[in-house]
Amino acid sequence: MLTFVVRRLLLAVPVLLGVVFVVMLTIDLLPGDAVTLMLGEHATKDAVAKLRDHLGLDKPFVVRYLEYVARVAGGDLGRSIQQNRPVAAELADAWPATLELTVAALLIATVAGIAAGVASAVWPNSFFDALARLGSLFGLSMPIFWTGLVLIVIFSLWLNWLPVGGAGSLNHLVLPAVTLALPSVAMISRMTRSAVLDVLREDYVRTARAKGVGEFWVLGRHALRNAFIPILTLLGLQSGQLMGGAVLTETVFAWPGLGRLMVKAIFARDYVLLQGAVLVFALAFVIVNLLVDLSYGLLDPRIGRQG
Amino acid sequence: MNAWSRFRRNRLALVGLVLVVVLAVSAALAPWLAPYDPARQSLIEKRAKPGAKYVLGADEFGRDILSRVIYGSRVALLVGVLSALIAVAGGLLLGTAAGFVGGWLDAVMMRGIEILLAFPYLLLALAIVAALGTGALNTTIAVGIWGVPAVTRIVRGSVLALRETEYVGAARALGAPVTAVLRRHILPNIVPSLIVYATLFMANAILLEAALSFLGLGVQPPTASWGLMVSTGRDVLLVAPHVATVPGLAIMVAVLAFNLVGDGLRDALDPRLRGSA
Repeated sequence: MLTFVVRRLLLAVPVLLGVVFVVMLTIDLLPGDAVTLMLGEHATKDAVAKLRDHLGLDKPFVVRYLEYVARVAGGDLGRSIQQNRPVAAELADAWPATLELTVAALLIATVAGIAAGVASAVWPNSFFDALARLGSLFGLSMPIFWTGLVLIVIFSLWLNWLPVGGAGSLNHLVLPAVTLALPSVAMISRMTRSAVLDVLREDYVRTARAKGVGEFWVLGRHALRNAFIPILTLLGLQSGQLMGGAVLTETVFAWPGLGRLMVKAIFARDYVLLQGAVLVFALAFVIVNLLVDLSYGLLDPRIGRQG
Repeated sequence: MNAWSRFRRNRLALVGLVLVVVLAVSAALAPWLAPYDPARQSLIEKRAKPGAKYVLGADEFGRDILSRVIYGSRVALLVGVLSALIAVAGGLLLGTAAGFVGGWLDAVMMRGIEILLAFPYLLLALAIVAALGTGALNTTIAVGIWGVPAVTRIVRGSVLALRETEYVGAARALGAPVTAVLRRHILPNIVPSLIVYATLFMANAILLEAALSFLGLGVQPPTASWGLMVSTGRDVLLVAPHVATVPGLAIMVAVLAFNLVGDGLRDALDPRLRGSA
């Protein structure tokens, strides 16, 4: 068990190295001079030279890449250009809010998606099934930032139930979490429906029914447990989509998280901060998928841990 | 049964096709369809509610929202089509290279693509835009690059499978050059999957363009882009909700249209792909 976790964590290292490489390379290919863009047209030659030196921009790309990786490995993410604070501190301020938002959204998406999917599969071609399938079609087509605004109009402006934006209380969390969850609800309910329909056709389900197991237990003990494997894979992938969606949701609801920090960093051309934020997202993605891989074994003893 | 008659039996796909045609017509005939100049400002009528003069209302600068939505279809379709072309062209090039050359090139490329595919799509596009800068062209390029890895994987898989078929082996044994084998024997077999993928990709491309423009990192004002319109409307959301919500409806309809057509095409052209995209 422990060796499996350790090995998987080691496998994550090349992924993270690759992500840093891609991000640094894209930034490096920037047309025009990054420093002039940061300081504006009228910056003195002295200031430009100083910042270039500070960022190490005169060194070749590969050297800068290796230096950055070495520093990150030592726990130093550099200082943000705009705020001149350690990037690690800025990220530490922002990530709990994003974690709160994405975990809440993942919970909503899992519960609502699986419930809708199971109901669709148990009563296929019913009115509810048609409604759920139509709903998921729309859910996948709605731009998330627009859904957020529509929810604000309905629940904050018209009904006056929930706050427009900001963070701090459970009330603040409801709208952003639901907004972020909706596309995933659509994906998960689609996947659950087809997975449960497949499992319900299996012989062991027929056997269970034949020996008189109640329909509730057939679903709970036999069907859901086996349908959960593909659903779990999807959940891991959805967590990546949730992080992307968090950037938009945080912007819509003025949620003080990593996504908003990242957009700000791009506007300010604060590449040191941007790299740090991307790294945190990539790390989170790797960890979530590790957890998904670990839970396969818990659900299905046949899946070994040779990883 | 041919592909068209299979497609025709799918009612949802037909609805999608009609919507796509409507979009294409409004993009092509925008100057004749739009009741007003999309850039014409009328500050005394700013945030006008939908009514007789402005069917969908007016925005923060008193510009006609209907006209801007019609012109916005140009941006959405242009970014969608061009980025799909970039994705398909890039993916074809890299995928055939990986599939045909094989060996270490294939191994390195596939690892790289796995990393890219694992990465949250919006973050990747943000990184590309951060590097390229904003604007319609750069947005198209960013969205297109985002599609390259997936196309590469589809093409590589098909090339690997087709390379082992007897007719490709026969063609090569007869001395056909690699380019001829590609053009005559491999490409025609990949085209159906590529059409399906490109259609579904356009739905996502339109969403991504809108998202980038909404963040202010995509198409820049005063161009009428739907995402940008939602973004400007957001500032007056609480006093004039229609300014932000109406253009968002256009995004949803366009994305829905391409998703429906893509699903229909997949079932009609390439049933093996069912459930994979």
